[in-house]
Amino acid sequence: MRDQLEPRSPDSGSFEKEPLWRDEFSISKADERYVGRRQLAKFLTLGSLGMLAGNLWIVVKSWFRTPARYNSSVVAHAGEIPVGGVKLFQYPAPGDQCIMVRTAEESYVAYSQKCTHLLFASARSARVPMPSGVLLHSRWIGIAGSADPPAPARRARSQRR
Amino acid sequence: MPRYPDVRKDHGLTAIDAVTAILVLLLVIQMWLLTATLDAFLAGHTETAIPAAIVSGILFATCFVMYRFVARVDRQARSGR
Repeated sequence: MRDQLEPRSPDSGSFEKEPLWRDEFSISKADERYVGRRQLAKFLTLGSLGMLAGNLWIVVKSWFRTPARYNSSVVAHAGEIPVGGVKLFQYPAPGDQCIMVRTAEESYVAYSQKCTHLLFASARSARVPMPSGVLLHSRWIGIAGSADPPAPARRARSQRR
Repeated sequence: MPRYPDVRKDHGLTAIDAVTAILVLLLVIQMWLLTATLDAFLAGHTETAIPAAIVSGILFATCFVMYRFVARVDRQARSGR
């Protein structure tokens, strides 16, 4: 009598011995809902595994990454650029447009003219504070919390005669 | 003879639905983490790679535990225990 009250599989076997196809494609509507949700959880977990694999790939790539090296290059001679003036040049390769600005008598700054939203993740609208009034971009992308223009790592210097 | 819904099995479904919602949330967080790490890597910032991988591993471990819970609830509900 007790055995008749306990749930059993259709072929009167135990649920532990039920074949996989009957377990995955249940004829019971109630059981089918469980199967669908379990499959969804399984694929979500597999998606999580895939993203973990992506992060691990980035780690491996970072180990084998060689840092970019930039050679020194003569951009301008001392006195060539007036105070508040600018000079356009290409660095490190032809096609990489840059701009050098003489902000004071002994102060020079240089920036890449490539918009930084191509280089950095964070973004904030602002204007480049240029003493001469020349704007690098009408809208530039900067690092959050930084007041300075986000110049990429470029090395350029003016040569004194 | 009217058929009445099995309340025990509905309880299991509720638990599984809640866990699935948490899984989706964790997946969204992990997806954001991957895109941010990739963006930083392409910008030349490699110092974020290892911490991001560790956090991603923790998120995956949590997802796996959640999935094991779902499988257990599913097995218990359908076996009628």
